[in-house]
Amino acid sequence: MAKLIASLYGWVDSRLGLEEMLKFAKKKTVPVHKHSFWYYWGGISLFFFIVQAFTGVLLLVYYRPGPDAYESVRQITYEIHFGWLIRSAHSWSANLMVASVFIHMFSVYFMKAYRAPREFGWWSGMLLLIITLLFGFSGYLLPMDELAYFATKVGLEIPNALPIIGEPMTNLFRGGLEVGELTVQRFFALHVVVMPALFLPILVFHLWLVQKHGNATIPSEAEKPKSEQKSIPFFPNFLMKDLAMWLIALNVMALFASLFPWDLGEVADPLKPAPTGIHPEWYFMSAFQVLKIMGSVFPGALGEGLGITIFTLGLVLWTLIPLYDGKHEKGRRARNATYFGLLALAILVITTIWGYMVL
Amino acid sequence: MNANKTLTHTNGADTDAGDLMSRRTFAKVLFGGVGLCYAGAIGYPIYRYLASPIERSMETTKVSEVTLPDAATLELGAAMMFKFGSKPAMLIHHKDDTWSAMEAVCTHLACTVQYQAEENRIYCACHGGVYDAKTGAAVSGPPPKGLKAFNVKVQDGTVTVSKV
Ligand code: HEM
Ligand code: FES
Repeated sequence: MAKLIASLYGWVDSRLGLEEMLKFAKKKTVPVHKHSFWYYWGGISLFFFIVQAFTGVLLLVYYRPGPDAYESVRQITYEIHFGWLIRSAHSWSANLMVASVFIHMFSVYFMKAYRAPREFGWWSGMLLLIITLLFGFSGYLLPMDELAYFATKVGLEIPNALPIIGEPMTNLFRGGLEVGELTVQRFFALHVVVMPALFLPILVFHLWLVQKHGNATIPSEAEKPKSEQKSIPFFPNFLMKDLAMWLIALNVMALFASLFPWDLGEVADPLKPAPTGIHPEWYFMSAFQVLKIMGSVFPGALGEGLGITIFTLGLVLWTLIPLYDGKHEKGRRARNATYFGLLALAILVITTIWGYMVL
Repeated sequence: MNANKTLTHTNGADTDAGDLMSRRTFAKVLFGGVGLCYAGAIGYPIYRYLASPIERSMETTKVSEVTLPDAATLELGAAMMFKFGSKPAMLIHHKDDTWSAMEAVCTHLACTVQYQAEENRIYCACHGGVYDAKTGAAVSGPPPKGLKAFNVKVQDGTVTVSKV
């Protein structure tokens, strides 16, 4: 029996190069130090994405885009067995995924893991973050309840304010001048086909790079002599720990999803005024608040334009940080990069809290 | 004395090994059990979720009687289709003013059959099965048995079809 398996393995191996893959998988090591905890967050983000793909396909079984959208989500929530749970899991895991991706990004930033040779890891990661946010934005409209309707209506005003291309581009995404069933239909296509098709190859690239270069250690650790730097193999040692984290993530998600079932509001009605206290998802709150502040300081389109410009500029600088602080050196540049990171984090947190306080 | 010592020693080693084994088995059983619980806690809701429409159509098959309010206006020698539970059914008003009703699902491979007035027969277009228009009995072609027949009651212009 063992001989048979061995020869079968040999047959497959000589054709697919399994040994090579195993060697590649075993090559990576994960540094062990007092900040090792932060190495888990990429894996946790990946876990929530898998949950999204899984629960998303389950929702596809009953979800109908277009004029029936609200009714189909109502049926999923109230009539189909455990439909409320699948929907709640998809919504909770979406939020947890966005949170994990943010934590992952900031931890990478402060560990300076974007430095050579990992620049492409940073850039592909930024793309994954943006697509994750777009996943959230496009998915949020799909139930077509009041909140979904107004969040999308307001959200689309942001690209709409861009000069020249803003309006035509936004109208294309909206499928008309107003948010309606045609918007749901195309957001649906974006959400379940286009975004996964963009996300997956970038994800594979991202993971391949991590495997190729291994995890970066933190600068203070890298200064120590090689003999004092500790690390464990990724495969299978760290993978086991990763899986333990996934189990925790699963439990946390399941707890939230079942104890706090995701709400379905009233059906969207364009003739009804927006309910008071309407606000975007938490991960868009900061941008929303900055626009609001800009709008109150500078009147009209100028404020909006300035807000968008500041945000875009910040994002570009953030993305280009490996070009500024790419060398493994201490000094002014390294310190400035850290200050820039702290500033960005502070602005995000403060404007988010501010946004919730003035609701 | 010496022999005794050796004996104890061996015994001790044995129990150690035994403990180790049972501990390993215990861990295996524990992990297996917890794994099964997770599989169940995830698998059961998903199964029920996907099976929801099946349960619903099972409900509709529980129907035992269907009332067709305007069927009495059906001309002589004509037929109409209606839904009995979840399945298509056929009501025929014969030339001699008698009525028949049966499930319109071919007993061969489940195509929906049709009434052919000229030939006064029920015909299945899929593989040429033929049934008797009055009883639903299989006449020729592949069908292994007749169509499932219903009782028909006509009262005050209302036709009621019920399970036999
Ligand atoms: C990759 C495959 C994915 C598929 C096939 C998918 C599919 C779906 C479907 C069919 C819906 C509509 C049902 C409903 O509204 O409850 C939906 C809603 C939603 N999706 Fe996804 N999704 C995927 C990934 C994601 C990701 C990665 C995110 C976020 C980071 C996300 C966030 C959302 C949100 C916020 C909703 C609205 C939930 C609600 O309020 O009901 N989805 N998705
Ligand atoms: S299905 Fe009717 S004859 Fe084959």
